[in-house]
Amino acid sequence: MANFHTDALANSGNGTAHAKQEGAKSANTRGVAKIKAESVNVFYGENQAIKNVSVDIDERQVTAFIGPSGCGKSTFLRCINRMNDVIESCRIEGRILIDDNDIYAKGVDPVILRSHIGMVFQKPNPFPKSIYENVAYGPKIHGRTRNKSELDSVVEQSLRRAGLWDEVKDRLAQPGTGLSGGQQQRLCIARAIAVDPEVILMDEPCSALDPIATARVEELIDELRQNFTIVIVTHSMQQAARVSQKTAFFHLGHLVEEGPTDRIFTNPEDKRTQDYITGRFG
Amino acid sequence: MSDPHIVSSFDDELKYLIRRVSEMGGIAERMGGDAIAALVNSDAGMAQRVISEDIVLDEAERDINERSILVIAKRQPMAHDLREIMGSIRIAADLERVGDLAKNIAKRVVAVEGSGQPKKLVRGLEHLAELALTQLKEVLDAYSTRSTAMASSVRQRDEEIDAMYTSLFRELLTYMMEDPRNISACTHLLFCAKNIERIGDHATNIAETVYYMATGAQLLGERPKVDETPSVTAAGK
Repeated sequence: MANFHTDALANSGNGTAHAKQEGAKSANTRGVAKIKAESVNVFYGENQAIKNVSVDIDERQVTAFIGPSGCGKSTFLRCINRMNDVIESCRIEGRILIDDNDIYAKGVDPVILRSHIGMVFQKPNPFPKSIYENVAYGPKIHGRTRNKSELDSVVEQSLRRAGLWDEVKDRLAQPGTGLSGGQQQRLCIARAIAVDPEVILMDEPCSALDPIATARVEELIDELRQNFTIVIVTHSMQQAARVSQKTAFFHLGHLVEEGPTDRIFTNPEDKRTQDYITGRFG
Repeated sequence: MSDPHIVSSFDDELKYLIRRVSEMGGIAERMGGDAIAALVNSDAGMAQRVISEDIVLDEAERDINERSILVIAKRQPMAHDLREIMGSIRIAADLERVGDLAKNIAKRVVAVEGSGQPKKLVRGLEHLAELALTQLKEVLDAYSTRSTAMASSVRQRDEEIDAMYTSLFRELLTYMMEDPRNISACTHLLFCAKNIERIGDHATNIAETVYYMATGAQLLGERPKVDETPSVTAAGK
């Protein structure tokens, strides 16, 4: 069971072994809720961005959030790793549970929390450091490795899982910013998985990429879901249909409809979902 | 129709498909009716017109398929838009087959005429055709109004056609046994009856497609089948 409290800091070195153990236990379970949101409301000052959203996000599945701009899908995504904490005027009500632990409970350390919940952004944002350092940074600051050779192997493993190893293995010392956009994004994914998180949040990870790089990232997402719970915000309905098993449609801060992706895109129940996915309003 | 798309040319493309399918429906219906009329009245000229009209349906089906593929490639349609397009492709295929069957009936007009047709049997065929063409007409109405109730009722009524086809089959068999000189004409009429029965089956297919287009669900349950001809023998008739 994940524990994000400050007093768990000492144990965080076991994170890797811990997660693997849990993985073995639940490898065969389908549809187990990893994340539970209960009546979540989010306010920016007076403005309510999320209105009473409750949703379960299944373990080792890809869940896609879709909806028009300003519908609250990114805001909601950012609640899951407490990214909204840094916004002064932002207030959150309700509960978000990960493995039944309330991530907004007193004593939860957002830094530890975020090491369990990786995030990939719209624009690839590698650190202005070498490719190696980009990936090694997380494991180092979280004390996940004991020596250089362990760190080397974590870097290689992460780059391999991100499908980038063969392309960069001979130039690990070169700056990450020198890679192509698609490679940079996969580098950011490698960086996110280097700390062996349980959940990966992706906020429009392909919107700045060309179709080939997009296809690579989508292929990668499909592989990553063997080990991670993935939540992806996307403006591309086709992408949501391709990569996710569950889809949730947001509109004006409400969660209008959620369900199996196959059903949402062929036979949605709510008229608003139908209008949105068929291109009838913006 | 539901609300318009933001991209209005998408609506135009969908409307075009609907219009083309409806046109095909009209032509297929007329060809079926004319083929039967030609058979009943031994009208070789009319039969010839039916035969030459089939090309129009073939061409329309190709056009609908090409346009549909283009819309899918360009718009990546979802939900009921996607069902609309898949439905157009499937219905066009059914209507094209209806045209082929009508054409096949028309081709037999001359052969049946030459061998002194048994009037009474042609009457029976006429009645069978009435049932099948009514089914076709109603399912085309169901298509243009997207009426699931109408589509379901068409599907239920296929039973009557099957039952009537079985009884015609027995009758034709009896005629052939009575007088071998009837065999040639009766065989042709048997094929005509089979073709009409098949037109009814295509109407049923279209009913199922219309239902799917409107609801996104398949019409469940085994559809009633009363075509017993596979087990009819001369001895047991």
